[in-house]
Order: sequence, then C-alpha cells, then structure tokens
Amino acid sequence: MYVAVKGGEAAISNAHALLADRRRGDRNVPALRLDQIVEQLGLAVDRAMGEGSLYDKELAALALLQARGDLIEAIFLVRAYRTTLPRFGYSRPVDTGAMLIERRISATFKDLPGGQMLGPTFDYTHRLLDPNIVGDEVPQPVIRAAEPERAPRVTDMLGQQGLMEPDGDTDPEGEVGDLTREPLDFPLDRDLRLQALARGDEGFLLALGYSTQRGYGRSHPFVGEIRIGEVEVEFDVPELGFAVSLGRIRVTECQMVNQFKGSAKVPPQFTRGYGLVFGQAERKAMAMSLVDRALRARELGEDIVAPAQDEEFVISHSDNVQATGFVEHLKLPHYVDFQAELDLIRRMRAEHEAKEALE
Amino acid sequence: MQTQTSFDNGGRKAALDVLAGAPARALAELWDGWADKPEHSKVRGPEVGLVMVRGRAGGGGVPFNLGEATVSRTSVRIVTGEAGHGYCLGRDLAKAEVIAVIDALWQRDAASVEAGIIEPLRRLAAAVDGKRLEETAATRVDFFTMVRGDN
Repeated sequence: MYVAVKGGEAAISNAHALLADRRRGDRNVPALRLDQIVEQLGLAVDRAMGEGSLYDKELAALALLQARGDLIEAIFLVRAYRTTLPRFGYSRPVDTGAMLIERRISATFKDLPGGQMLGPTFDYTHRLLDPNIVGDEVPQPVIRAAEPERAPRVTDMLGQQGLMEPDGDTDPEGEVGDLTREPLDFPLDRDLRLQALARGDEGFLLALGYSTQRGYGRSHPFVGEIRIGEVEVEFDVPELGFAVSLGRIRVTECQMVNQFKGSAKVPPQFTRGYGLVFGQAERKAMAMSLVDRALRARELGEDIVAPAQDEEFVISHSDNVQATGFVEHLKLPHYVDFQAELDLIRRMRAEHEAKEALE
Repeated sequence: MQTQTSFDNGGRKAALDVLAGAPARALAELWDGWADKPEHSKVRGPEVGLVMVRGRAGGGGVPFNLGEATVSRTSVRIVTGEAGHGYCLGRDLAKAEVIAVIDALWQRDAASVEAGIIEPLRRLAAAVDGKRLEETAATRVDFFTMVRGDN
C-alpha cells in the first residue's frame, strides 16, 4: 500500500538534473549522436526494439541514450512511447521464405539449396578483446558473385518427406490473439504464446531454454535453420483496396527441430519450436524456439514436469517491463505498511516476553 | 474490365512498394528534381501511427503478432483531382507526403512517373540489395570432405 507523502519535490527535481548531468558525462567528451548508436551499437538497438516490441531504430537509439545504456530502462521507454500512438492496423504475416538473406545456417544439413552463409557473426571469433578497433578504419567487406538460388526453409524440405511436423493448418476465420489489447487468459493458444515470447526478456528465455537442455523438460533440440535478413511488411490499405509494402524490417528466425516418438494418432516424426524476433537477435530467437517447443508439451501430450513447460509460469514472468515494475516498486515509500509490520512485531515480541516471564 | 483494373492496381502497387522502400534522401533528391510539382491539399495527415507486424508459427502456420512498427501516412489530392496515398515505415512525415503526391501523379501520368522516379529508385534498390547479397555470398561455406589417410 502506498500513502501520499508530501515533500521531496526539490530533492526529486535536483535528482533528475543530476541524472541528466551524469547521463551526459564529461563535457570534454563529444556527445553521442543517435546515428552513431544505430550504426555502431546495432545489436543493443535491436534488443531494445525486440523487447520494446516496437520496430523503430532511431527511437530505440534515443531510448538507449536516455537510459544511459540500461537496456531494460530503454525497453520501458520504448513501451511507454508506443502507447502514445494510434494503431493503423495489422500487417499481413511476413514471409520469411522470401527473406533477403544476410545469414543462414543449419546444424542439421550440410548441403542446403541456397547454401550456408555465415554473415556478420561472432561465431568462430576468438573472443579476445581487440584495442585496435577503437577509432580504426575498417576495410570494405569481401564480395563474391551471388548465385540466384532460392533458399527454401529447411523445415519445408524435410516436411516434404513426411518426417517433419508441418506448420499446421491456419484457420482463415481464426482471430489472432493480441496481448496488447486483451489481458491474458490461461491456457493460451500458440499465437499468444509466440507474441509474449517475441517480446519476452532474453535473459529469462535463455535461462529457461538452457534448463531444457540440462534435463528439465528435455526435447533433444537441433538447429534446423537460423536465418537473418530483411522481409517486406505488407499492409492492406483500406483507401487503396489492396495491400502495399510499407518497407522492409530485419528479423531473425530460428527453426528448432526436436525429437518426437509419436503418439497413437501421429507416427514418429520431428517436432518443432519456433523463434522470430525483430532485428539481429540470434540468441534470443534460439532461446524463444526452445521455450516455444517446451510449452507445446500439453498439445503434444507430454508430461509437464519442468518450469520451461509451465505456460502460466513462463509467460507470466517473461516480460521484463512487468517484472521490473513489480520488483522495483519495492523501493517506493512503504512507510505505513512497514509501520504496521513494526507494530505487529513489537506486539508479538511483547507477548513472547510475557510468556517467557510466566514460565 | 476486371483484368484492366487489376493490372492498374498491380502497377500502382509496384510503384508504391518501391517508394515505401526507397531511402528518404534518394527519394527527396529525385522529387526535388521533378519539374512541375502539382499543387496539392492534404486530405488526411500527415500522421504517425503503428502497424502490428505479424509472423506465422513455423514460418507458414498460424499468424501471430510479432510486434509493432512505426508507420507514417498521408493522403492528398492534387489540383487535377487525383487522390494519392502515402505509407512508409518510420516517422518520416515528409516522405509519406511525397509518396502520396507521387501516387496521385502516377494515376495521371504513370509513364513519366515510372521513368523519372520509380525506375531510378528500382535501380538503386537493386544495386544496394545486390551489394548486400554479394557480401553475404562471400561468407558462404564451401564444404569439402577430408579424405581419411589409411596408410
């Protein structure tokens, strides 16, 4: 319980002025520009967009600057900003099969139509700090003639042989759940779970995904495919009467392929977990796909024995803005609450001492 | 008649797709160089709002809401009566307005707009995408099998 407390206005105002000063730091150091953040801290920008659930690089960069690099604070700022804008509508689902690919790998198939492209990856770097990158001029990347070869989704390739669970039917009449419009009501359908996971905290989902690998809801995962690149966002414009592209956004998609021994109705086949995230966010997309698969336990008739399989537990705690709000509210004045607790403890102690005196 | 309409929509859609995807600066430069810009009035906007971007489970399954994106839009009417609509990702009201005016112009004189604006933007996009594809292609893994030495 909070109680309105008077006082502290001057302290708060001065604290915010001090925050602004510390955010700016030493005035002899040039101030950061937003385009520098967008260009040179791109993955932080991508994370702020993904978990802020708003694709706008410049806004995410502004949020990072204002939050002094605190990612969750930046995500909070982005989420708050989106509530100030009207919603024009929903896009058509993006087609990741038609992606302009910047990275594409598979851990299950060596020879893929369309090839394996490493792209701008940290993989195979030695993780040695390199002081030479500071202020260094970087040569242009190497180029090689691109082959005009289609790159089908790996899961579609195995699917043609019946060994892979299909994407599933889509109900054209089905309403797509939207947790920004309706409060969550458990149990959830997969659409709402995927929406929650896509904006969920990377660290939380990473830990849960890791827990499934360590045996808490084991699912024998393989990376069927990870692809990163740009997809068109198509939007039905009512005044035109047809859909147009609004432009392209970068997304990361992960197809996790999991063992499944089959059931009475379904022959043994691979099942799948899916991850799709704004920007270049491979770790998050992988974690999301592991958790998506774990949360399909009920649908696939598996025993729910591990935290990662517990839908209400996972989805209720995956949002870092909600989590930080509730954890951090503990530091707001609770004077009256605490006074009541203090009185209670004093009374209990008095009773305790009185009882001891009698014995 | 039906075919004619859908053909027209196809061309108009293709032009709008190119305009929305164009870098703001390139579009502004081409538009600055356009000789007779029509007088126009704003019918709606310009305004910034959100579009909820959707994906599909597994890439091709049930649709779900991935997250929102900022979008700018404007509707205009040019002096000759055509209405134009401009939509693009981001918070760039000037770009949305230029797209809307060009969309209206396209309906009056598609050939000139295609030649003067859409084609140059299409070539630019092809060059930018082509370069990116070539950079990516250089990171393609060429697997080779190691022959096991038996002696």
